Amino acid sequence: MRADILASLNAERAARRAAILVTDIADGSQRLVREAEIAGDPLGPVLGKHLASAKSGLVEADGRTLFLTVQVPPVRLVVIGAVHISQAMAPMAAALDLALTVIDPRTAFATPERFPGVELVAEWPEAVLGSRVPPLDRYCALAALTHDPKIDDPALKAALTAECFYVGALGSRKTHAARVARLGAAGFSPEQIGRIRAPIGLAIGAVSPAEIALAVLAEVVAALRRAPRPEAA
Amino acid sequence: MDAGGARPPKASLAMLSTDTDILAAAETWRRDGHAVALATVIETWGSAPRPVGSHLVVDEAGNLLGSVSGGCVEGAVITEAIEVIEAGAPRVLEFGVADETAWRAGLSCGGRIRVFVERLD
Repeated sequence: MRADILASLNAERAARRAAILVTDIADGSQRLVREAEIAGDPLGPVLGKHLASAKSGLVEADGRTLFLTVQVPPVRLVVIGAVHISQAMAPMAAALDLALTVIDPRTAFATPERFPGVELVAEWPEAVLGSRVPPLDRYCALAALTHDPKIDDPALKAALTAECFYVGALGSRKTHAARVARLGAAGFSPEQIGRIRAPIGLAIGAVSPAEIALAVLAEVVAALRRAPRPEAA
Repeated sequence: MDAGGARPPKASLAMLSTDTDILAAAETWRRDGHAVALATVIETWGSAPRPVGSHLVVDEAGNLLGSVSGGCVEGAVITEAIEVIEAGAPRVLEFGVADETAWRAGLSCGGRIRVFVERLD
């Protein structure tokens, strides 16, 4: 491998951007395809498929055997609201390898006793996103669960601006209609606002906090695995 | 982010290193003037101990970081990696119970793996 290709691969990883290293097994020749370049690449469809599954592997192309080293940033899940649903979600997120951060400025809810072993930040989202909590990016999922626009809205705005691959918000259709109006007034386009999953979670008839947590996480996994990511397409 | 800065003791099997550490180490070691080879698991059959894409980085003295088999065939991979460092051309190694040579440096789990070894130029 050329040292400059390795340096580029490491730089993409450090910047939390996906990339695929294409290696010809026969002669060792290599090239790096950055996420933004996949669509225009001759191997675009197969690279896109490997990117979506985040799996490295061998492929055949034009009579050559190529190994694809797929490098995808670890997925983060940021939950706004230290509520019952978040408590139920914490062990499920860990089982799914989602790095969870729970943010809630209400110190009555955001206590370590309620969230053992969880990255818990008892601050306003807008005060900590990009500082104490790493900035949101396209490999983040954000679920806003407080029902309180003062807490949820700034986080939702940050998630839409950062183009998080999943943005979900708890609340009834009526609550969401009011939210859509507020975000529109704040300058977000209908396309951006349309990316918010509301009502949140797959429609499995969830009732209990754990069931709602399951529905939300299933929706997160579907968003991650099913469709190509917006900018990768 | 200086994961590659500290070099592990000779022949240690630092199996808990992440791919980030390993590839960063490969870059740092090379920049520090060491000859470096990178081994990557490219294919597995059966109950292989490390998944496709796992890396092991080796320098000319046999220092290593990472793992391609959880320890089963690392010794053989290091020997081949040092040869690749000298010869320059990449090679594909195969280990598994079906192979006489591999049986000696074998995977006790019964799986088979193929490993691509390349020099960092």
